[in-house]
Amino acid sequence: MKLCRLSLIVLSQCAILCAVFAFCGSEVQAQGQDRAPVYFPADIQYGAQIFASQCTACHGENGDLIPGVNFRAGQFKRVISDNDLRLTITTGVPGTAMQPFTFGASELTGIVAYLRNMSTFDTRNLMLGNKTRGQTLFEGVGKCATCHAVNGKGPRVAPDLGDIGTIRTADLLHRTLLDPAGAMLPVSRYVHAVTRDGKTINGRRLNEDTYTVQLIDEQEHMLSLTKADLRDYSVVKTTSMPSYKDKFSAQELADLEAYLLSLKGVK
Amino acid sequence: MRDFRRTFFFLALSLLIPFSLRAQVTSQRILHAADEPQNWLTYSGSYASQRYSPLNQVDAANVKNLELKWVFQAQSLQKFETTPLVVDGIMYLTQSPNDIIAVDAKTGRAFWVYHYAPSPQARPCCGIVNRGVAILGDTLFMATVDAHLVAVDAKTGHAIWNVKLAEPAAGYAMTMAPLVVKDKVIVGVAGGEFGVRGFISAFDSETGKQAWRFDTIPSPDQAGHESWREGDWQHGGGAVWMTGSYDPDLNLVYWGTGNPGPDWNPAQRPGDNLYSDCVLALNPDTGKMKWYFQFTPHDPYDYDSVQVPVLVNANWKGTPSKLMMWGNRNGFFYVLDRATGKFLDGHPFVKVNWASGLDANGRPITTPQPAGEPTFPGIQGGTNWYSPSYSPRTGLFYLPAWENYSTIFTGIDTDFHEGQRFTGGANTAPIPGAENPVGARQGPVNVYTEALGSGAVIAIDPATGEKKWKFDMHDVNTGGILTTASDLLFNGGREGYFQALDARTGALLWKQNLGGEIIAGPMSYRVDGKQYITIAAGNNLFTFALRE
Repeated sequence: MKLCRLSLIVLSQCAILCAVFAFCGSEVQAQGQDRAPVYFPADIQYGAQIFASQCTACHGENGDLIPGVNFRAGQFKRVISDNDLRLTITTGVPGTAMQPFTFGASELTGIVAYLRNMSTFDTRNLMLGNKTRGQTLFEGVGKCATCHAVNGKGPRVAPDLGDIGTIRTADLLHRTLLDPAGAMLPVSRYVHAVTRDGKTINGRRLNEDTYTVQLIDEQEHMLSLTKADLRDYSVVKTTSMPSYKDKFSAQELADLEAYLLSLKGVK
Repeated sequence: MRDFRRTFFFLALSLLIPFSLRAQVTSQRILHAADEPQNWLTYSGSYASQRYSPLNQVDAANVKNLELKWVFQAQSLQKFETTPLVVDGIMYLTQSPNDIIAVDAKTGRAFWVYHYAPSPQARPCCGIVNRGVAILGDTLFMATVDAHLVAVDAKTGHAIWNVKLAEPAAGYAMTMAPLVVKDKVIVGVAGGEFGVRGFISAFDSETGKQAWRFDTIPSPDQAGHESWREGDWQHGGGAVWMTGSYDPDLNLVYWGTGNPGPDWNPAQRPGDNLYSDCVLALNPDTGKMKWYFQFTPHDPYDYDSVQVPVLVNANWKGTPSKLMMWGNRNGFFYVLDRATGKFLDGHPFVKVNWASGLDANGRPITTPQPAGEPTFPGIQGGTNWYSPSYSPRTGLFYLPAWENYSTIFTGIDTDFHEGQRFTGGANTAPIPGAENPVGARQGPVNVYTEALGSGAVIAIDPATGEKKWKFDMHDVNTGGILTTASDLLFNGGREGYFQALDARTGALLWKQNLGGEIIAGPMSYRVDGKQYITIAAGNNLFTFALRE
């Protein structure tokens, strides 16, 4: 199935969920951030796709259909910070058509990033991914499925990615595909241990403290090691996951990311 | 016969009077807390705040025989930061949001619970927490997250008086254990992330009537105001959210103050921003300031200086001196003359790159990092509010530390709106996509610390500022430190181990996994000849003693 432009996200809710940022109170320009207004291109792009499918019915393509609200101009009625924006999206505005949305963290990050950058973002530059093509890459030439499982199906050598679309932002997924070692969470690094009797253990770390380390080894055994019982212990800061920077085209990367972002866990 | 009865009656009464008086925690008893090591009468154990117990029943030889005696399970999933008091076998502890519970210190069984429902307008920045109570006479005092001070009958748990200090909807809150000095109860207000104007206030312990108030951010008619530009002082921060110390000979109380507002955008508040990030020496009778010392002038990093001031009488360069020791969130360890506020010495105890050192007056020689580059220590500091300890036996100062830990700070112009966060920018971890380590663990899996920092207990020789020893921890150290007269050191951190170390060498002697992060200070007491050690971890309060 090939997804058309600006329709990556399911459109079924579009007609009934109207994003109306029509809050009571005086007009306030978007300012007063209490978090970093650092927005990444991949998040903005992801947000643009969600906005197109979920928000335009009420707010319009330019985000200016609701009186007193103009996203492109940074004009809101009550929203000041990004947290305000997230709260409004997830709780809605009682007494208006703005219903609460059940977006995940990655989606919210994307929407906020897009709303904050509508004035400069050119939708003609959208590199839209196709999640079906992405799944084919995941299971085929990308060889992702040789290490990663999805919802319990596949090996456990690397983390199960069944809910990766809810826990990692579009930007972070993008950077992970380009620089796996640099972007992976430190807890997921491989460790190398040698016991006092000479047994070598390699595995993916699950947890660690001052005295112990918990891991899943290459035979998929869950092990908890006491450091005092080890002759050698080290954390491997490289990874066998390849970079897809030169392996995949920009379109293929977008496809793979679209597939990963669609993985929202078992509901 | 009647005379005999009368004589017997008065004899019996005379025997009873000392006991009934004994039950009253007079200010004299608090002054001489060291004379009754079985009790723990103030948040830090004594007015000198050394968090040192003169008890020695548990020692290096038998500490391996410590066993759990009882557990108190808090009826809250908030962070559990209490340090209990123990008075003659009764323990007084607090649980979130603002409950006081009196329990049998031997068994953990409750006598009563005082429940206080704070206003829903309360908005403490960093958790609905409370760190403990103070006591005078038969009255307990608790500061609440909606900025009230309440007095509660220690025998019944019934409220006696309740005063409101400030408006919780404006961001004012209180989380500290109060300090009782003579007949007054002294507290400070939190709210540095909301642009409050901090203050310290004293109240009459009998009536709750305010005796004095010291504003930590001076108004135009007060000394120090020249360190502010125009109206910036009105939301200048300087919150006070940890318990102070008291020197009865000098008749001075010492309080640390928090960050200036907004936290991370110093361009919005030119000047030194007095009295943020200071230690203040105040007269406890009048609230008049005798001296101040500012650790981080014009602070861009949220280096609150609210750490508990540790008072030590010791030789300095061969002269008997009244010293103050301070492991600051900014990464430097300081020694001050507490009579005058004069800077005596200072050294970094963790990696520091925001300053190359301290000048002769203790002022930092700043080396701001380029935009986008990490600053060491990061926003949580080289240490934070967690109680340090000083052992008069070892002569060492001990502090919980965050090592190799940094943050990228970004200042952003921010408008002040009362009751809204007024932090002026952002702080991000140097690892792309990684969350900035926060004060509290979000779950049982340690996700980030290897790449972002680690923890330690550091023993410092105050005479030189040098590290005597260091005990490394995989995760950051968020717990307070207790030392004892048997040269033991108790501490635990975010990963939830409660550990006993040799206070002279740092060697590990005993450990217990308590299954929840430790964000509280340990304390020790004795009942019926047995020494107990208590620590809050996760959502439980654990009490240990030697196996029978």
